[in-house]
Amino acid sequence: MEIKNIKSRYLTQRVAIVILAVSALLVIIPVIGIIIYMIANGYSSLNWEFLTASPAQAGKAGGILPAILGTVYLMLGTILFALPVGIMAGVYLSEYTRANWLTRLINMAIINLAGVPSIVFGLFGLAVFVLGLNLGMSLLAASLTLAAQALAMTITTSREAIIAVPKEYREGSLAIGVSKWQTIRHIVLPQASPGILTGAILAMSRAAGETAPIIVVGAAFLVGGLPVSPFDRFMALPYHLYTVSAHIPGMPGEIKWGVALVLIAMVLFFNMLAGIVRIKARKR
Amino acid sequence: MFPFDRSNGAASGSLLSARPRWGEKIIEKVIFANGMLAIIVLLGVLFILLRQGIPALVETPIHKFLFGTAWYPVSDPPTFGILPFFVATMWVTVVSTVLAVPIGVGAAIFLAEIAPRKVADAVKPIVELLSGFPSVVMGFIGLVLLSPWIQNTLGLNTGLTGITAGIMLAMMSLPIIVSVSEDALRAVPEDFRQAAYGLGSTRWEVIWHVCVPSALSGISAAVMLGVGRAIGETMTVLMVAGGALALPELPVDPMMPMTAAIASGIGNAVQGGPQYHALFAIGLILFLLTLFVNLIAARVLERQKRKFTAG
Amino acid sequence: MNQVSMVTVNNKNNANVQPEGEARLRMENVNLYYGEFHAVKDISLDISSSSITAIIGPSGCGKSSLLRLFNRMNDLIPSARIEGLVEFDGVDIYQPGIDVVELRKRVGMVFQKPNPFPMSIYDNVCFGPRRHGIRNKRALDDIVEKSLIQAALWDEVKDKLDQSGLSISGGQQQRLCIARVLAVEPEVILMDEPCSALDPIATLKIEDLMRTLSASYTIVIVTHNMQQAARVSDMTAFLMVGDDRAGMLVEYGQTSEIFTNPKNKKTEDYITGRFG
Repeated sequence: MEIKNIKSRYLTQRVAIVILAVSALLVIIPVIGIIIYMIANGYSSLNWEFLTASPAQAGKAGGILPAILGTVYLMLGTILFALPVGIMAGVYLSEYTRANWLTRLINMAIINLAGVPSIVFGLFGLAVFVLGLNLGMSLLAASLTLAAQALAMTITTSREAIIAVPKEYREGSLAIGVSKWQTIRHIVLPQASPGILTGAILAMSRAAGETAPIIVVGAAFLVGGLPVSPFDRFMALPYHLYTVSAHIPGMPGEIKWGVALVLIAMVLFFNMLAGIVRIKARKR
Repeated sequence: MFPFDRSNGAASGSLLSARPRWGEKIIEKVIFANGMLAIIVLLGVLFILLRQGIPALVETPIHKFLFGTAWYPVSDPPTFGILPFFVATMWVTVVSTVLAVPIGVGAAIFLAEIAPRKVADAVKPIVELLSGFPSVVMGFIGLVLLSPWIQNTLGLNTGLTGITAGIMLAMMSLPIIVSVSEDALRAVPEDFRQAAYGLGSTRWEVIWHVCVPSALSGISAAVMLGVGRAIGETMTVLMVAGGALALPELPVDPMMPMTAAIASGIGNAVQGGPQYHALFAIGLILFLLTLFVNLIAARVLERQKRKFTAG
Repeated sequence: MNQVSMVTVNNKNNANVQPEGEARLRMENVNLYYGEFHAVKDISLDISSSSITAIIGPSGCGKSSLLRLFNRMNDLIPSARIEGLVEFDGVDIYQPGIDVVELRKRVGMVFQKPNPFPMSIYDNVCFGPRRHGIRNKRALDDIVEKSLIQAALWDEVKDKLDQSGLSISGGQQQRLCIARVLAVEPEVILMDEPCSALDPIATLKIEDLMRTLSASYTIVIVTHNMQQAARVSDMTAFLMVGDDRAGMLVEYGQTSEIFTNPKNKKTEDYITGRFG
């Protein structure tokens, strides 16, 4: 490297750093912009009636309570199926396997399951739950579909949380004649619970925003009355946003922005909750 | 030596006549079954796609299905050619990748190598926030904010085009590209950097000639994951890509990527009818495509991990 | 009793080199491998009841691996493979059909680093008994009090039983771990360098405790501290790494003999501090 070049070398460096900084800004500015824009536009439509009434005039007036409730039920349904299974699979993968071909195969399956497009899970749910098990276009069928999709996440987060429990605790328990399962049940799982909880909340938040699968398994745009049984048809916020913004001409802007704001507020609230749980757990 | 109460099942058994512990045996069986569930679901998805999709490929020969340019599901007889959908998927993916990779990798380099820790820690949650945005919300933003802008700026008949969808997809792939690339860069051992500084390199030279090449496999995995995300994304492309059935020639044309074709067609498809099977066949192709991309990404990521850990 | 005791240890039977009476624990030609690595090589050893046996030797000589053979803790390491015979009360503990849980209940273990569970002191002591089916609150109270008294910890913690087991000092934590083992009424207590993480005063307390406990329990302790072995044990086994890096037994005998009149040159070199 020649001395006379040193100036141009530093110039290159300065230009490069500016470009990199601009890239970083390009990542964060749209996010902040979208959030501010969304609050500014949706804020005015948020009122008690909007949140607690049913839609009127084909969705052009009234509220979105059935869609909010539908989404809450979907979140609960998803986690009801995906969490126990995820925890048990996580226990299996961290406590009962050794490094062999089967474990590698399972890990491969989990990675790929996480990458399967959501619309494909929709097709799966349609063929298996809606038609195969004859559950119809119901809350239950949609929850099972979203649960199948959430599995990869609940398994991975449970496994990571369980692996992070110090080996010393397991040994201390096993060394006084406590069986393996009792050790898992009374030492490992309680210790791993904040991590498992974080994953569960994230999975719920994702289920709240999922749209493509519930289009396929049959979310409804308008349903008379609120859902009362798992076999009812249902409305959901993301599907409602899709329909009011892309399919109904003459939809008032404040309804669209209002639905979008409520949806994003719900999703981000759960994301933040997961973050808080994670930070709290780390402090312990 | 102490009068312990041994009347309630705590008695010492013999070492040889093991207590059966039936409950635990059952629980362990259940746990094993659940451990297999990821494989079962993945195979289940594949099985369903094959079972429902194969009839379409019997009805329409596979080359006509893949390379046909006409999609008339309700004509008599129906025609199923998915080339327009496939090309649309390629266009939006290309636009997304071309935009997201330089920005995402640039941002990752900035966060990992240049920004002070405090700045990086402040930016991270914002990137995570973006990854939490539901795709329907991104579609909505594309619909109401981006598409009018695209229409005016490029002077098009409609703002709902492949490029609009590609831009929104780029935003959605950014979080994964940034975080995976950043992890890869942070995994580069400090000795590498020290050695390069010791040779009189500038900071940028260290980054460009040492850190980025060392992290390259991790960064390429990040790119693959971003590509996989763009191929499989549904709502955004359904809402803003335009939904035209014709074979798109340019990214500025309205188009219908494969995911959108499934989502918009499935509601009208008669169960077990030709269109129903054809849509599952598209699903099968999507599944295999993303499986392929994700397998490569996983493979590359695995290699990157081993690079700095194995002695 | 003999009139002269060369080392200040409480010898019960220092007439013979091998322990008298029934062997509680017995090893015969035991080999332990971790994958390709030969960790313990051809070791035979008898341990009699109500005594303290120390296993000493330089670090990496397989002391801890040897200790963990007695309660099958090596089972937790997937690559571990065992050859030879290990007996507890005349039962081959590696034969098929052995109830490992029951074995570990009778042969308890205390670890190098104090590892109280992240729960209250009370719950720590109760943990074993509860899992073994004791639910009665009064019975549990009794067990906690007796175990903590036995572990010489009661007076220090009796007013804060509901505090976290992690809130007390390192030495107290280790005694809590001992109490946790005592609560399930073991017959043998294995201790894997129980004082290596503790200060000298805490160490002396644990050593006193060991002497007291040795009246009713068979204790096997691994230690890298020769003075500790000399102070507390009745029998001492000296292990060393052979040329093939496998741990092997160099000499085993009465502690007084080993420390004053070792038969093997290597033992003498080690205890006089010439290596290790």
